[in-house]
Amino acid sequence: MPSRRMSDRPGGAPTMAEITFLEAIREGLAEEMERDPNVFCLGEDIGAFGGAFKATEGLQARFGEQRVIDTPISEAAIVGAAAGAAHYGMRPVCEMQFIDFVSCAYDMLTNYVATARYRAFLPCPIVVRGPSGGYVRGGPFHSQNPEAAFLHTPGLKIAYPATAEDAKGMIKAAIRDDDPVLFFEHKYLYRRIKGTMPPGDHIVPLGIARVAREGKDLSIITYAATVWKALEAADQLEREDGLSVEVLDLRSLLPLDDEAIVATVKKTNRVLVVHEDTVTGGIGGEITARINELCFEWLDAPVRRVAAHDVPLPYAPPLEDFVLPQASDIVRASRWLAAY
Amino acid sequence: MTVPTTSNAMAPPAGLARPQLLELYRWMRLTRTLEERLVALYRQTKVTGGLFRSLGQEACAVGSAYALERRDVLSPLIRNLGSMLVKGAEPIEILRQYMAKGDSPTRGRELNIHFGDVVDRNFVGQISHLGDMVPVMAGVTLTFRMRGEDRVGLVYVGDGATSTGAFHEGINFAAVQRCPMVVVIENNGYAYSTPTNRQTAAARLVDKAIGYGVPGVRADGNDVLEVYRVTKDAVEHARTGGGVTLLELMTYRRKGHAEHDSQSYVPPGELEHWAATNDPIDRYVTRLTAEFGVDAGELTAIDDEVRATVDAATDVAEASPPCDGPDALRGVYANPAEMPVLWYRGEASRAVAAHERPAGWGTHDG
Repeated sequence: MPSRRMSDRPGGAPTMAEITFLEAIREGLAEEMERDPNVFCLGEDIGAFGGAFKATEGLQARFGEQRVIDTPISEAAIVGAAAGAAHYGMRPVCEMQFIDFVSCAYDMLTNYVATARYRAFLPCPIVVRGPSGGYVRGGPFHSQNPEAAFLHTPGLKIAYPATAEDAKGMIKAAIRDDDPVLFFEHKYLYRRIKGTMPPGDHIVPLGIARVAREGKDLSIITYAATVWKALEAADQLEREDGLSVEVLDLRSLLPLDDEAIVATVKKTNRVLVVHEDTVTGGIGGEITARINELCFEWLDAPVRRVAAHDVPLPYAPPLEDFVLPQASDIVRASRWLAAY
Repeated sequence: MTVPTTSNAMAPPAGLARPQLLELYRWMRLTRTLEERLVALYRQTKVTGGLFRSLGQEACAVGSAYALERRDVLSPLIRNLGSMLVKGAEPIEILRQYMAKGDSPTRGRELNIHFGDVVDRNFVGQISHLGDMVPVMAGVTLTFRMRGEDRVGLVYVGDGATSTGAFHEGINFAAVQRCPMVVVIENNGYAYSTPTNRQTAAARLVDKAIGYGVPGVRADGNDVLEVYRVTKDAVEHARTGGGVTLLELMTYRRKGHAEHDSQSYVPPGELEHWAATNDPIDRYVTRLTAEFGVDAGELTAIDDEVRATVDAATDVAEASPPCDGPDALRGVYANPAEMPVLWYRGEASRAVAAHERPAGWGTHDG
């Protein structure tokens, strides 16, 4: 599907046509900029060029250079300046050209932004968004999933949508949120996933998970691109094994939707946690611990994890495919769990 | 150490009348008296954490902050107590902060002068990661520029913070965006124990301005009128659309990094030399009496009033309540407003404690 220019959709009015995940992000940004003059975007190459992935294409022409700002290559300054602007009533949306580069702003995010409200009662409603994730042969520095690095930073929120509808509804919710939000956009989904946007002011609240597929024998708890891997595996397991697999799409990682996690555990009693981030220190450990603390007695099998191997993500296709979890890995792990 | 140039005798800077000259004196005196009181409280173990002095640097803090309007914003450093006072911080707030009181501006969440007020008095509390406030102030002032507001931001860094990436990114960003911002480097000779010549190979920190394409001005930081004059110029330059200015104020840190620091690394005689020959308050008193016709009695009256103010604030601060432990869980997020207390401190956690499913243990359908 060719990428559309926002100017084709006057007033940011929701369209009933199917659009890509990427277009859904852009539509969400445009609607919020239209709605609230305090919303502005800043980042590298986002203005005239429209961003490395064209997420902001057309926005500068529509909203002007003041509200779509091309910055120097300075992630710490981008995030720091956003914080300062947010203290004085603005709603900045920062783009990391690749989310891998958010590490350059780690200090600013974890020490300054995350603590601002708590230590000094400073409002800091900023969004830091950017393309994340692998399966795209991007190599070690254009494929990362650094969400767990921010998971233990009180004061931040983390969103990681898997569908185009959620991408739009959650970027809008993130911009309106009074807390700082890290917003991960999986680049594998940008142009592969499409959806039809609900009419009206479509908001998907942060912190609420979504049952992507109903099932009764086994639960897969996951988020982002691996939601689609899990759905693919679930179809195969139903077809070949007669297994009924539930897939829970977390959507937000901070806060985690404990209620949805507990509900699916009580329903199926067997849990596989799947994520693309590396296994050690990944969010799968946290989810497993919460299940242990909240609903241990409802388990009929140990919670298992399918995640990336503990290596930097390599570039060559055979290497990347080996390191990252694939649908076939989820099928194999699910069979092990079902047979336990 | 670079010895600052001696100020030439001059008329009061434009716009400063006699009451303002005395006001500058009062702010410097209040800074020093309040810090001396904090030292006494520290020795009585009534100060919870470390104590950071600005002895000998009062002119930098006071003279620069005095060049700002109330609507302008500043971000202080640990040695800018004087700037905070000029901008409207109250001695009682400082005392409560240092004593970690429950009614302190941060309700015990942060130390010393690390607090902010972006609603009325307009200062943004610093964090300990040096240089980070430069990008933040770039964003504050970017906002003013975007909204067409007639406001300026001033951010302080030390000689040490000029070595950070955040300083570089922030001033460069602000310069490109022509933000109405003033960056003040208070060069006091030391970053903790590290002398400036171990911090940079640059002969003068102000020379970095050239690299950012902004004006740079170096001034005697122990001459409060000179500090006021150069800052006022930079503020007006920013206010009228000129963008960023980098100021380097030459001063000297007469106390250690914090009160615990013995300053063993300082060459013999250096501290005594600065105390005897280049104290900013002594220098200003000399000028006030010799050049501007101020009577010594007027200054003594200010000293007495300042001491009474600090005495009264100390009494109230000492009687302030301590913090309430569970309040620590409030205010991390706007929503939720309070974080949950962990299970070992209170209510048992749901299914595990309630043994919701004993009959079904170990089987799928049980």
